[in-house]
Amino acid sequence: MADLEIRDLRVAVEGNEILKGVNLAVNKGEIHALMGPNGSGKSTLAYALMGHPFYEITGGEVWFKGQNILELEPDERARLGLFLAFQYPQEIPGVTVSKFLRAAVNARRQAMGLEPYGPYEFGLILNEKMERLRIDPSFAFRALNEGFSGGEKKRMEILQMSLLEPEMAVLDETDSGLDIDALRIVADGVNSLVGPNMGVLVITHYQRLLNYIQPHFVHVLMDGRIVRSGGPELALELEARGYDWLRAELESTATA
Amino acid sequence: MEETKVLETLRDDYAERYGFRDEATYLYETPRGLSRRVVEEISAIKNEPEWMRQFRLRAYEIFLKKPMPTWGADLSGVDFDRIVYYARPTDRPARSWDEVPEYIKRTFERLGIPEAERKFLAGVEAQYDSESVYSNVREDLARMGVIFCSTDEAVQKYPDLVREYIGTVVSIADNKFAALNSAVWSGGTFIYVPPGVRVEYPLQAYFRINREAMGQFERTLIIADEGAFVHYVEGCTAPIYTEDSLHAAVVEIIVKRGARVRYTTIQNWSNNVYNLVTKRAFAYEEATMEWVDCNIGSKVTMKYPAVYLLGRGAHGEVLSMAFAGDGQHQDTGAKMIHRAPYTTSLVQSKSISKGTGRASYRGLLKVYPGAEHVKANVSCDALLLHDVSRTDTYPTMEIQEQNVHIGHEATVSKVGDEQIFYLMSRGLSEEEAITMIVNGFIEPIVKELPMEYAVEMNRLIALEMEGSVG
Ligand SMILES: Nc1ncnc2c1ncn2[C@@H]1O[C@H](COP(=O)(O)OP(=O)(O)OP(=O)(O)O)[C@@H](O)[C@H]1O
Ligand SMILES: [Mg+2]
Repeated sequence: MADLEIRDLRVAVEGNEILKGVNLAVNKGEIHALMGPNGSGKSTLAYALMGHPFYEITGGEVWFKGQNILELEPDERARLGLFLAFQYPQEIPGVTVSKFLRAAVNARRQAMGLEPYGPYEFGLILNEKMERLRIDPSFAFRALNEGFSGGEKKRMEILQMSLLEPEMAVLDETDSGLDIDALRIVADGVNSLVGPNMGVLVITHYQRLLNYIQPHFVHVLMDGRIVRSGGPELALELEARGYDWLRAELESTATA
Repeated sequence: MEETKVLETLRDDYAERYGFRDEATYLYETPRGLSRRVVEEISAIKNEPEWMRQFRLRAYEIFLKKPMPTWGADLSGVDFDRIVYYARPTDRPARSWDEVPEYIKRTFERLGIPEAERKFLAGVEAQYDSESVYSNVREDLARMGVIFCSTDEAVQKYPDLVREYIGTVVSIADNKFAALNSAVWSGGTFIYVPPGVRVEYPLQAYFRINREAMGQFERTLIIADEGAFVHYVEGCTAPIYTEDSLHAAVVEIIVKRGARVRYTTIQNWSNNVYNLVTKRAFAYEEATMEWVDCNIGSKVTMKYPAVYLLGRGAHGEVLSMAFAGDGQHQDTGAKMIHRAPYTTSLVQSKSISKGTGRASYRGLLKVYPGAEHVKANVSCDALLLHDVSRTDTYPTMEIQEQNVHIGHEATVSKVGDEQIFYLMSRGLSEEEAITMIVNGFIEPIVKELPMEYAVEMNRLIALEMEGSVG
């Protein structure tokens, strides 16, 4: 079994089935890209994996570290080592980045049986990670995401990922809103974490990100199903031709 | 700074931390209920001068005549006949901690009082039911002429000062509970800071109700002479009983020209205390008065700290936070009365309603004719934790001058499901996530507290949030 295994996952929102049986297997050390037209269900898949209560699981299983995590609360999934970089991160007024991050990191550390970090020790670690992602140190004392620009929010997501050191990360359009330099910095951040200890599912619309984060596999989600999987060349083909040819092809095979 | 500690202690609760009670023995206590005789007895026990006895008796007559206020929270549960108006645990306030009776010492030690004094306070007073049991001020301050003692002691030692000011800011006829307090008051803090003296560390008083069906009626009087500065911090707790207690304090503050007073309250009553407090300050020319008022617990709280801006350029602030838990009603607010030109005021109120809790903001902003160039700003934000939680705002504005700048805004929000999910996706439990959002919401107020209290406040919120999920 793969490290993360999604089997025939079906998800409904307000009674409408959005995911109609998704199958996907991601191993640590692998980078998978998930592409697909707007509204095809990519974020729905990401939220469902993380356990958003709004997304109703109507069928299927998700196996991670020996359990079907669909039975777990979102925080339990997180402490187990699952991470989601949000397409639209939330603003939390009055809660500083450093206070929040220390609580989050310590929650995960305690789950792993490690000593929680004290404020000073954590401050040093935070500083170092921020430096690496070229985030100004003053951000540590700002309220989480409050008044952050789109790109700053995305960088903050990657900062969180680098501190939480997940085993499986889903990045939902982390590239949108990033300027050219930030894209490279964020990509470097992701690349430095992928390795034997982490697998990634990158949701994106553009080849641009995949130039920096090179996927081993590319999948296309359409109308709630993964309709095609391939290597990096699939992304290039989509970039060049869009989705219509794929849709047409699928229709012709369906009618044939 | 201390959030892991906060999370670690999430599991203990009010009952254990504050809700314990002592098997106290009282040297003296009045029988339940109020009468002229009880008032006279209190005065006699305290061996008061005649003017104070008369003050009490006049107030008692007014108390009888005044109707119960019906415009605010539901006070139908207040039973004046069931209350014990005076209970005296010790002879006189001790000056050294060792002199405090063992059981009282244990109480305050459990609450962390002497430790706090050693660490960062300029002076401490501790009141247990009716009487002050301990008071101490740093010697250097005493040498500079700073007076910090119980108001009873002040009546004996500084009668002229007390007589000059008591009842001048809050008249005995102001409202029913102010009249009641004036009749039966006991304890409370008296502070006088001489001209130009700045008290750099906070002075603290700690109020503890121990006896069941007790009435605590402390009377606090603070005078900051010209150009002086003082920060006073009060904290309150009570055990959990089945019979309701009544806390009806009166606080009067005089901030003279160019002086500044900050008055910080951290009230954490058990949910069987009626907390009906009149707090008012007079701020003269270029003076600054700041109320930082944090209200957690109690059955009903009615409290609207007021600043009368009487001199040109005076500034008033009320920064308040109210947490209404299940079945509680926090009816709080602020009054800013601009009577002089170029006066400015700021009101920032944050309330949280949990379960069936109800938080009301009730405010008055008044600008008298001729008070030109007034700048006033009022903002109140309410956060609702559950569908049954309730909040309401009653802002009153009486602006009788054209040339003024008035700002007002009010918001009501629910703890967002998306925010909770976001925090949970980082490994915080639902309760921790909501607690963090709530602590963030009140952060603008909490950051005004001295560090130790800010930590304590976050912890108290965590306690209140326990079991709020599910
Ligand atoms: N909370 C929601 N309420 C109502 N409809 C929703 C909700 N979330 C998703 N949907 C619907 O589900 C479908 C899939 O949405 P989803 O956000 O998963 O698409 P996506 O593939 O991430 O699109 P994009 O590329 O634009 O980010 C859409 O039709 C969307 O309107
Ligand atoms: Mg999306």
